[in-house]
Amino acid sequence: MGKIIEADNLNFGYSERLILKNISFSVDKGDFLGIIGANGSGKSTLIKLMLKILIPFSGDIKLLGENINCFKKWDKVGYVSQKVNSFNGGFPATVEEIVGANLFSKIGLFKLPKKQHKEMVYHALDKVNMQDYGKRLIGNLSGGQQQRVFIARVLVSEPEILFLDEPTVGIDAKSEEAVYCLLARLNRELGLTIVMVTHDIGAITVHANRLICLGQNGLFEHKPEDGMTNEFVSELYGFGVNLHIHDCKNCRK
Amino acid sequence: MLSIFQYDFMQRAFIVGMLIAIITPCIGVIIVLKRLSMIGDSLSHNSLAGVAAGLAFGLNPVFGAMIFSVIAAFGIERIRKSFPKYSEIAIAVIMSTGIGLAGVLSGFVKNSASFSSFLFGSIVAITDFELYMVIGLSIVVLLAVILLYKELFYITFDEESARLAGIPVRAVNFMFTLLTAVTISIAARTVGTLVISSLMILPVAASMQIAKSYKQTVVFAVVFSIMFTVSGLYISYYANFKPGGTIVIVGVISLVSILFYNNIVSKVFLKRLVKPDCQKY
Ligand SMILES: Nc1ncnc2c1ncn2[C@@H]1O[C@H](COP(=O)(O)OP(=O)(O)O)[C@@H](O)[C@H]1O
Ligand SMILES: [Mg+2]
Repeated sequence: MGKIIEADNLNFGYSERLILKNISFSVDKGDFLGIIGANGSGKSTLIKLMLKILIPFSGDIKLLGENINCFKKWDKVGYVSQKVNSFNGGFPATVEEIVGANLFSKIGLFKLPKKQHKEMVYHALDKVNMQDYGKRLIGNLSGGQQQRVFIARVLVSEPEILFLDEPTVGIDAKSEEAVYCLLARLNRELGLTIVMVTHDIGAITVHANRLICLGQNGLFEHKPEDGMTNEFVSELYGFGVNLHIHDCKNCRK
Repeated sequence: MLSIFQYDFMQRAFIVGMLIAIITPCIGVIIVLKRLSMIGDSLSHNSLAGVAAGLAFGLNPVFGAMIFSVIAAFGIERIRKSFPKYSEIAIAVIMSTGIGLAGVLSGFVKNSASFSSFLFGSIVAITDFELYMVIGLSIVVLLAVILLYKELFYITFDEESARLAGIPVRAVNFMFTLLTAVTISIAARTVGTLVISSLMILPVAASMQIAKSYKQTVVFAVVFSIMFTVSGLYISYYANFKPGGTIVIVGVISLVSILFYNNIVSKVFLKRLVKPDCQKY
């Protein structure tokens, strides 16, 4: 199995104060990696470093075996940020238009989408079970449906790796479970590598095969099959937390 | 009915009016959706300063308007970077600059009639040179917004994802800023600096009330814009009103009618099947 991500000794801060100190980890092809940690521990920052939205002070990042500074295959990388709360809900665009947007660089500058591109859009919508909503305005969908549309949007360009930053914040428990099951299925069936930030420790320990935690003492890896204890989580988040054991009967194989 | 076309100046007015009517909402859609609706006002006041500078120092006023408008547009982009999420600050600062400059520079203009013709435009009194310039620039703007249609859509919806998806965001944004400034300065001459901003926003606002997709938003906005302009020009000719102002009034009345229809008529007859979505925010 090839390494999809290799991060070596990363240091980064928004000012002089370092947020991420000596962070090293790697992700193999087919991994479902969960990243957990308290608010402000730098999870989103870490993802943004992987996406070259931010540049580390020092350290090396390799994506698909290539140094990120020379990396060109961005169409192989999908990113779903915490859109449900941040995008303009009144934007007059249909699901079809939004999902199709990620094909633009494939279609090329100045050219218009063709029939085959529309088929790709519906194929991606099919994967997230939203094929009947293509003509609907994005603002008229529920939070969970919107999030599935954004996942379809990254799937349409057939990425090899998917980054998700708290994709289930602000959506109800049922839709949340649907998102997890969808990701687990994509991981299992298509071999898609997934890196996901979440606070939902119950669910991520069920679905992820690897778990890394960002805390005050840096990053450490935790085996999801060992399960989580209340003590461990309290230490990580710095206060008393009671675990909610997530039981996703319908999708776990 | 078609008798007004026997006059050469009305033919010109219609050609120029239609071109402006087509390009302004194309720019307007993006501006409205980026929540920068006031940018048109800000740039048009700077155009006016450019007009004053042109008239005062013997340059072509439309050329002056274009230079000032382009500088102002990039000024706004620069200031916006220092206040992310507070675009209004940049727009207001540049608008004040434009108003101040226009006020000072207009003091140097000897022929005040020619200056005030820029306030509400003079679509029926443009020169040959201006006619060709408007035609040429309109074609350039139109081609650019058609060719960049999908890139502009993605950047407007979600700039960060557009960048990750390989869209040359900086280059497209640069082009768009330039197009906006050029559109405003050419429209300043014809429909007037005080009117141009409304012409960018009104058709888009009307369109957003009925469109069911982004594509429809753009198409309907252009259709509305042409309708406002044509009826405005007709009315202004027969009623002897100022064309720029008439076009805007027609636009406002149409928008209000659409809002009225959407809110009252559909409420009474269709009984609002969908309740407002409280969870969305
Ligand atoms: N754009 C920014 N400028 C300055 N500081 C930031 C910025 N974004 C995040 N931070 C700070 O960096 C730290 C880590 O943020 P983040 O990566 O978003 O945390 P997490 O996603 O784990 O909640 C926080 O202390 C936050 O205040
Ligand atoms: Mg975060």
